[in-house]
Amino acid sequence: MSTPVLRVEKLRKTFGSEIVLQDISFTVPEHTATVFIGASGSGKSTLLRCINLLDQIDDGVIKLDDHDISGADIDPDEVRKKLGMVFQSFNLFPHMTVLENITLAPTKVQKVKNEAAIHEAFELLDRFGLKEKADQYPDRLSGGQQQRVAIIRSIARHPRLLLLDEITSALDPVLVNEVLSTVRDLKGEGMTMVLATHEMGFAKQVANEVCYLHAGRILEWGAPTAILEDPKHPETREFIKRVHEAGRL
Amino acid sequence: MIENQGRRIGDNSDPAPYDFGGAWQPSEIELTRRVARRKRNQRNALIAAGSSAVVIGSLIVVLVTSPGWIALRDTFFKWAYGVEILPKILLGFTTNMTLTVIAGSSVAIIGLMIALIRTSRTPALTPFRFLAMIYVDVFRGIPMLLVILLIGFGVPALQLKGVTNNVLVLGTIAVIITYSAYVAEVIRSGILTIHPSQRAAARSLGLSHFQTLRFVVLPQAIKRVTPPLLNDLVALIKDTGLISILGVTDAVRAAQIQTAKTFNYTPYVMAACVFLAVTIPLTRATDRMLRRTLERQNAQGQA
Ligand SMILES: Nc1ncnc2c1ncn2[C@@H]1O[C@H](COP(=O)(O)OP(=O)(O)OP(=O)(O)O)[C@@H](O)[C@H]1O
Ligand SMILES: [Mg+2]
Repeated sequence: MSTPVLRVEKLRKTFGSEIVLQDISFTVPEHTATVFIGASGSGKSTLLRCINLLDQIDDGVIKLDDHDISGADIDPDEVRKKLGMVFQSFNLFPHMTVLENITLAPTKVQKVKNEAAIHEAFELLDRFGLKEKADQYPDRLSGGQQQRVAIIRSIARHPRLLLLDEITSALDPVLVNEVLSTVRDLKGEGMTMVLATHEMGFAKQVANEVCYLHAGRILEWGAPTAILEDPKHPETREFIKRVHEAGRL
Repeated sequence: MIENQGRRIGDNSDPAPYDFGGAWQPSEIELTRRVARRKRNQRNALIAAGSSAVVIGSLIVVLVTSPGWIALRDTFFKWAYGVEILPKILLGFTTNMTLTVIAGSSVAIIGLMIALIRTSRTPALTPFRFLAMIYVDVFRGIPMLLVILLIGFGVPALQLKGVTNNVLVLGTIAVIITYSAYVAEVIRSGILTIHPSQRAAARSLGLSHFQTLRFVVLPQAIKRVTPPLLNDLVALIKDTGLISILGVTDAVRAAQIQTAKTFNYTPYVMAACVFLAVTIPLTRATDRMLRRTLERQNAQGQA
């Protein structure tokens, strides 16, 4: 087997005296998606922020393509060039058009020629049905459209790994679907991903592996059907049951 | 197949599946509402006009019939004299405008730099952050007139070699020093209002700290503080008049010279009018811009 794109070993993260993550170990092979589920406050966002080096970890190792990115001598800017991250709250730049949002990083960070970046941006927008929105400002788009632009913005840089943090939880159900189908398309194209989500149905569709995070630990992991339909751990079973009751499966 | 779901345009062959009632006519209720609304508007306009006429009219009557009116008019509002000395005041005012342009652009650059230093986190800049804070606190806290006097008269008293004694230059420097402190604070507050998630998004796209500032944070921050910055510009225009205390012949000083000759105060009033001719349009424009910004923010549901 080839080396995984991401390998996390014994990661630990604290905020002051509060232990937010501990003993987190998992790998994400190329072209697969690992989905983290778990109650609010279980540490999903923090985990993704740690992988993206937005938060500093307190112990453990994070390897990207077998290269330690958690070392003291690592330049976070260099690492982030290889990672894409999409947030729950979209975080598009409100003073830039959709097109400018997408081409900013390719032109300024990857130093792609302007015309080439615009060309590729249009290609992506076209593929996800947003071509007419290229010159609009983000506040003129629906939530779903904004989130899809945010996804396009992060994949326009050809990241090695895409981190998606509850990208649908700010959207109403109709819009959720258009964003999820975008993610499914990316999965089909072989994008390697780590996701945090509340959408169990979606987890079932795209995940190669599901990890249930509870109070900062991975309590249970495995194939999506195993975790979501037949959880072994009582805590997981309780969580899945509550999600069922909330009607989100 | 889709059947009979509404009618295609120009398709008159079949009877309409629904009766949409043809062309829209305002209903009885709507018509009475409109009449009532029009009446109310007319009444409001009438009341506004009436009250304005009464208030302004009585002010004029009180002024004109007061015992000192003739003396007042001849001392402050002698228009023929005012028009006669207007060129001198306008000539002085070019000094105020030049000073505004020079000081304004210097203040923009220096204020921005100080704001950037104060909001930076680089350890190497720690002493500068501290100095910048003291600088801002000090110069926001003393009357500008004092700064002008200290620099305009104090520096020449030192008799330093190679340092100018030109009061116009020294006065300009005093204005720049004071206003940079104000503007730095305005820009800094703008930078602080940009939500951290914007930085996180920029950094996670691989933008460096500097690129994040340059392309994401500053453009939004400056846009947000443009109305208060324009307010400061208006204040700067009129505060340039303060350097007349150093003997610089600006509009204020020109008026003072004329007044000293004739003991008539019309030149002061003329100088005031010249300043107002520039500051009022700017103030109105600022107001409009501020209202637009607020409307846009409210439309987005932001506080
Ligand atoms: N900057 C911070 N400072 C202190 N504590 C924090 C910080 N960020 C997160 N935490 C804490 O870490 C824990 C995990 O938070 P995190 O946002 O990772 O949870 P989550 O699983 O993403 O929750 P949600 O599903 O609500 O997004 C929470 O208890 C939170 O209070
Ligand atoms: Mg979260």
